[in-house]
Amino acid sequence: MAVRAETAQAGGKKETAGGRTDLAGYLFVAPFLIAYAAFLIFPVLLGLRLSFYNSSLVSGDAQFLRLANYKELFGDPDFWLSLWHTVLFTMLSTPPLVILSLVLALLTNRAIPARWFFRLSFFAPWLLPSSVIALIWVWLYQPGFGLINSYLTSLGLPEVEWLAGENVAMISVVIATVWWTLGFNFVLYLAGLQEIPQELYDASAVDGAGSLSQVRWITVPLLARTTILVVTLQIFSSLNVFDQIYIMNTSGGLNYTVTRPIIQYVYEQGFTSYRVGFASAMSYVFFVLVLVVGLAQFAVANRRRGNV
Amino acid sequence: MAAGTQSAPERSQVAGTGMRDRIMGWLAFAVLLLAAIVWLIPLAWAVDTALKVESETTTVPVTWIPPSGFTLESFGEILAGGNMLRWYFNSFLTSSIITLAVILLASLAAFGFSRIAFRGRRFLFFVIIAGLIIPPQILIVPLFTEMDALGLVDTYWGIILPQIAAPIAVFIFKQFFDGLPHELEDAARVDGASRFRVYWQIWMPLSRPAIAAVGIFIFVISWNNFLWPFIIVTNTDMMTIPVGIATVQSSYGVRYADIMASAILGGLPLVIVFLFFQRQIVQGIANTGLKS
Repeated sequence: MAVRAETAQAGGKKETAGGRTDLAGYLFVAPFLIAYAAFLIFPVLLGLRLSFYNSSLVSGDAQFLRLANYKELFGDPDFWLSLWHTVLFTMLSTPPLVILSLVLALLTNRAIPARWFFRLSFFAPWLLPSSVIALIWVWLYQPGFGLINSYLTSLGLPEVEWLAGENVAMISVVIATVWWTLGFNFVLYLAGLQEIPQELYDASAVDGAGSLSQVRWITVPLLARTTILVVTLQIFSSLNVFDQIYIMNTSGGLNYTVTRPIIQYVYEQGFTSYRVGFASAMSYVFFVLVLVVGLAQFAVANRRRGNV
Repeated sequence: MAAGTQSAPERSQVAGTGMRDRIMGWLAFAVLLLAAIVWLIPLAWAVDTALKVESETTTVPVTWIPPSGFTLESFGEILAGGNMLRWYFNSFLTSSIITLAVILLASLAAFGFSRIAFRGRRFLFFVIIAGLIIPPQILIVPLFTEMDALGLVDTYWGIILPQIAAPIAVFIFKQFFDGLPHELEDAARVDGASRFRVYWQIWMPLSRPAIAAVGIFIFVISWNNFLWPFIIVTNTDMMTIPVGIATVQSSYGVRYADIMASAILGGLPLVIVFLFFQRQIVQGIANTGLKS
């Protein structure tokens, strides 16, 4: 639709401007383009350059290393481990964040009483900064007097080492993250649901369809576009996880060796060890991974769209 | 909104499967209520803890109603003793400037892309949209190097400038402008209005929904941005709310009432704003998301 409007527009312009380029166009796009070039394109290129040097934030002179940073990176077990943590976090957090938000949106959409209350309950956590999430969940996860463990004990169950436990720590982060960001997907699904015409339900009800089969055969298929969007955005944001894990690691006692994500390793190398070149190389390898995942998603989404 | 408000029970009465669907409806409502309660417990517990006397925060088994009653002591301590007010100011100042700048720069650019034919237009727009796939997280090292060279570490501009280049905003404005009828513009042009006047006096007033959507989205994102301010700011006085409460919590030691009070104060502004503008915010977020 956008393309159609654009060509119609460009055609119209040609009649008045006689097909010539209108210099005013550059004036309108220039301010944004300057900011974009300075704070997006330039750092992308600078990062690539830095990744071939042994630059450091403290000493000025840097030597050209060819691919030494990259070679060191691929032989660094900490790099692979932190990359694995990021991938694991993405695999664990994406399914509940997509499925649970869909289920809650479907339920909220049919609840007439207090719909605003449900929308508020599920969406409000998304408005909180990551550090607030980390503070609240570290408090909930405390051993002994923490709310969750205290309830487990009073039910006669054993305590769980939510923060320190080797097998549990990542799951704890995922639970906190689901609680925090589910509201965003939930709102996208609610908006998607508004666009399904009511007549479809009326017609199928006349044919005797119950509400469960309506969900199965009308709602979920018609939400396919929203689902593709939600999954895409979710994978993208999960891959970039940093804030809550970093804060819970550094001041909440969260098990560091089983949770540290790749962005945190980049941060530590760049800003604590001052190894700017090495950290830049790592950023680039990670960027390539994100691009590959993005392209794969794009291919899958396109094929799906063709089928619908 | 109106289309979706019709209830499932009402609908199915027409078809005659009413009873089963009505039970389903109540069951769904019960499940939803349970989920909402689970969702609210962490927030309620944080508020509850913040209202306790410090010595009663770590009793086992936990109590929701403390023996010596509730107190606002911790809130008072945080507001009086810490840098909270300064961080509010920093967050408000930087998020407001970022939001205004994004609205202005992105709408100008979108107007150019949508309404003016110039050479390289498609290519430049493609370059901007390609920026959507660059995660800001991978830029922290080179961006810090750049800002350091510019002398902008620990400054407001250091926090603000990198957040101004938001391709998503250009995309949303362009989508919106493409959908507006251009007869309006042609008429004004015939009357001799300049391009800029058309943009400012015709297009912008018509674009209130897009401005609201972009503005709300960018404000929330920049207010809650942790990583970039955390990287560029080292001085406690220059911190924004998310960075401040993450870094000073260790100075409270194990004072849980104080920690929870600072968490609540940190999250409160946007939640209050949300209570007033619930519909606009939800729609703004949904529009921003769905259009991309």
